[in-house]
Amino acid sequence: MVELAFWILALIMVGAALAVVLLRDVFRAALLLILCFFTIAGIYITLNADFLAAVQVLIYAGAIGILLIFAIMLTRNVKEGNPFGKLKISAFLVSLLVFATIVGVVVSTDWATVTGVSQGVEVPVGSGTTGSIATALFDQSKGFVLPFEIASVVLLAALIGAIVLVRNRR
Amino acid sequence: MHFGLEHYLILSAVMFSIGLYGALAKRNAVAILMCIEIMLNAVNIALVAFSRYLLPDHVLLTGQVFAIFIITVAAAEAAVGLAIIIAIYQSRQSVDVEQADSMKG
Repeated sequence: MVELAFWILALIMVGAALAVVLLRDVFRAALLLILCFFTIAGIYITLNADFLAAVQVLIYAGAIGILLIFAIMLTRNVKEGNPFGKLKISAFLVSLLVFATIVGVVVSTDWATVTGVSQGVEVPVGSGTTGSIATALFDQSKGFVLPFEIASVVLLAALIGAIVLVRNRR
Repeated sequence: MHFGLEHYLILSAVMFSIGLYGALAKRNAVAILMCIEIMLNAVNIALVAFSRYLLPDHVLLTGQVFAIFIITVAAAEAAVGLAIIIAIYQSRQSVDVEQADSMKG
């Protein structure tokens, strides 16, 4: 069941990502990118990451998708479209090389996986991962409290920086 | 090979390579930013898959915590990146990265 869902989601995801790269219309590319974000949320659900799936839909498909569409509407040049640059061939070769390297490493590594354990063992039925993630983030001894606080400062700085950058100076 | 971690990692590699190709080959700055988002999402898939399948982490959920931080930084990056792109558009009426070369020596 999970395997079937994985293959359907993976096919839609890779197709949408290829369309984002290959389409000439930037606006359609952005809409397909949002579809891609939704399928990634589905992939998270097949990995028992329900909280992350919700975050993915809210932040990526919602916030970042709308932000990208706003930026495209403000800067779109319809007749120029979304062309490839001078590096088309060499970029293809580089990304093919990166892909081959990653696949080679993934296949040749002996991963210490949880073999023989089926889905839903680490999460008690009906509870979800939200509580466990909260424990992992805010635990007194081995949590991520300081990075969490720094992340809020990063967001504040990005917010102020974005306002300063697009403010009309005249 | 039975269904497991490798499938997710190879899916992540496919997405990362597509994003890398787009980020290197495109000329529209917004399209480059979209391809960078695809790359960040590919990394997130790998992290969540590690969190689900690798032995010590599938109770600790550190991979999912890392994915949350990456989503946070990606949101900040998208906001600042799009602000820079709009600022460039305001000054030179174009988002073509091959024309934005005033710092070229």
